[in-house]
Amino acid sequence: MTWVLENLGLIGSLSLEHLRLSVLPIVVGFVLAIPLGWLAWRYKLTRGLILTVTGLLYTIPSLALFALLPPLIGTSFLSESNVTIALTIYAVAIMARAAADAFGSVDAGVRQSATAMGYSPWRRFWGVEFPLAGPVLLAGLRVVAVSTIALVTVGALLGIDSLGYLFTNGFQRRIVEEILAGVVMTMVVALVIDGLLVLLGRALMPWTRGHPTKVSRRSPVPNAVSTGISPDGGGS
Amino acid sequence: MNLFGEAFGWILDPANWQGSSSIGGAILLHLYYTFVSVLVASAIAIPVGYLIGHTGRGREVAVAISGAARALPSFGLILLLVLVLGVTRTAVGAFIAFVILGIPSILAGAYSGLQAIDRRTVDAARAVGMSEWQILTKVEIPLGLPLLVGGLRSAVLQIVATVALAGYVNLGGLGFFIVQGIPLRDYSQILGGAILIIVLAFLLDAVFGLLANAVRPKGLDTRKTRSRASRPAAAVDTPTT
Amino acid sequence: MFTARKKGRLTALAAVAVGAALALAGCGSSDPLSSGSGGDSDEIVIGSQAYYSNEIIAEIYAQALEADGQKVKRQFNIGQRDAYMPSLESGELDLFPEYTGNLLQYYDKDATETKPDEVFAALQKALPKNLEALQYSPATDQDSYNVTADYAKANNLTSIADLANVSDVKLGGAPELEKRPYGPEGLKSVYNVTVSFQPTGDTTVDALVAGTVDVADIYSADPSIKSKNLVTLEDPDGLFLSSNVVPIVNADKADAIKKVIDPISAKLTAEGLVALNVESVDDKKSSADIAKKWLTDNGFLK
Repeated sequence: MTWVLENLGLIGSLSLEHLRLSVLPIVVGFVLAIPLGWLAWRYKLTRGLILTVTGLLYTIPSLALFALLPPLIGTSFLSESNVTIALTIYAVAIMARAAADAFGSVDAGVRQSATAMGYSPWRRFWGVEFPLAGPVLLAGLRVVAVSTIALVTVGALLGIDSLGYLFTNGFQRRIVEEILAGVVMTMVVALVIDGLLVLLGRALMPWTRGHPTKVSRRSPVPNAVSTGISPDGGGS
Repeated sequence: MNLFGEAFGWILDPANWQGSSSIGGAILLHLYYTFVSVLVASAIAIPVGYLIGHTGRGREVAVAISGAARALPSFGLILLLVLVLGVTRTAVGAFIAFVILGIPSILAGAYSGLQAIDRRTVDAARAVGMSEWQILTKVEIPLGLPLLVGGLRSAVLQIVATVALAGYVNLGGLGFFIVQGIPLRDYSQILGGAILIIVLAFLLDAVFGLLANAVRPKGLDTRKTRSRASRPAAAVDTPTT
Repeated sequence: MFTARKKGRLTALAAVAVGAALALAGCGSSDPLSSGSGGDSDEIVIGSQAYYSNEIIAEIYAQALEADGQKVKRQFNIGQRDAYMPSLESGELDLFPEYTGNLLQYYDKDATETKPDEVFAALQKALPKNLEALQYSPATDQDSYNVTADYAKANNLTSIADLANVSDVKLGGAPELEKRPYGPEGLKSVYNVTVSFQPTGDTTVDALVAGTVDVADIYSADPSIKSKNLVTLEDPDGLFLSSNVVPIVNADKADAIKKVIDPISAKLTAEGLVALNVESVDDKKSSADIAKKWLTDNGFLK
């Protein structure tokens, strides 16, 4: 415990740095994945392509992806961009699949009613499909957020500072508390962000409050962190 | 792009297939760590998962564990266990970390495989006089196999990725080439190691994809929405470490 | 339908998300290693490796310059030499604690110099024009081969050359040692010693003490050489380049830095450096506290 108490400043600044490294991939991944997910849901041809490619992408181990990017995109081998871009790729890979499932979870009857009421496709997307896909999108976003925050630490192997610094530094100096502090704080950061996302979801989608079962029948995945996205779609 | 040429040159160079840190040895070691860990994790997770899936009890706990596991930084877990257990037991520490990381996917595959079964099927089995044990072994387990294989597939990918990090604690495997290559500034070796890890992950993914198809019971309703069902919920959509 | 009413909120969410992404994209591109953060002309940017001992020295430099009234920015834990040397060369970093031998090898893989003066002279030649090596310190932190006291006694070892008579020697060290000039190949060519290599990385000392390896490459300033009663084998034929602590500076700012740092380099001894490392590893103190205490004890701070 003494180590932790004497290094609160370091732990705090690394947590912030960790958060800074995590936020960009999460947000960019989400934004890029929405159109991809929509394409995957809407057209059979793009569906196969997008889901296959994203499926392969998140099969790539992170250490390998960090090392693969520099020659592909011309960054230095130890640049922070490698970590940021790699994590964005994972975020898109997870989120596109989740978004495809999310749009698939929207009741076809509701969609047809909107069309019948004279909604243009653009207005129907933002006014009906996007909000109704919200709960499943949020579930996907939560998975993205939590796994991105955990993965940032691997950057420490390449000299990119985050809470992962406490792993390598603590290992060098044989300080168990230091590594433990890194592990716990990584999980705390993930938990806090996950909680914020839940609150954000409640604020933006008040109709989901208190009716978890309703959502869960539509998609088997109301609770992202716990159950994860079901690639199974809304079907069953 | 020239770097990729050099990386493949490194992979194909016979000199790198000999000696104490040969590519072939690293691949075998990587597979060895992966499969032993998956076996141990399965021995723990499958019975528990079936118990949860059959009784329907304890699902919340399993779900919470899977969620927490996703937030667990695997690199930190390895270093922590290796440091705590000491240098003579490095491999044990790493194995424990791999097993811990493999359990949630397999657990989810096991219980969600059982839970995805239409309740009417189970009720019908009970109605024709099957015992609970018969229901489990003759109905639930066969019908749940595709999702279980999906869970195993996720666990294998997660562990393959984590074993790559074990290069840092001197356990060898394919990650070692990256860890050794960075301070040497040997980019063809770094990239060569990365390519080998990716190829290994893709191949294992493909093997499990085929396996998932093979174990799908013939009588099972394979509607369109089910066709991707080989990947269970909590298991899949986590990028691999 | 209730959905139309919520449209505003969801659109707002999307807008916020995009806005945040753009804002962060701005932050994200300010990669400390790739963009010009050294623009401020009177600010001295100090870097350090991701090595606790190096960070302590950098922190000593930082506090001494601050005490002199200079503006200092710390950019520590930049990891590997490959990551920070380009930043030093481009002027984003102004001051970095380095090690003469290891840095010389970075610029010249086949360097043959081994004595401190020779290594330093060769390094001055090898450095790019815009970088300057200040006077090196008597403190050294270099690779060295160590054995346990028992092993030394059992095999009658005092020098690396004595290992030639021992069979089945297992050498442990950082993964890259396998391919370094002073690794297994150097042992063979210089001392005719045959070893099998085992990468032990950060656990090298533990592996040596546990007997997993027989000989270990450990930095000479590592406190465990003393605390674990290890025997450092002599290197009569100069397998290792001597590696003294040396401040590498941006030539434009060399004068301002030199007057503060030169006296510090002179005061920092090999034993002193080990003592600093002991405070980090055994007493688990932060580099800031260790640096402050050293500067005060040596009369640089009041």
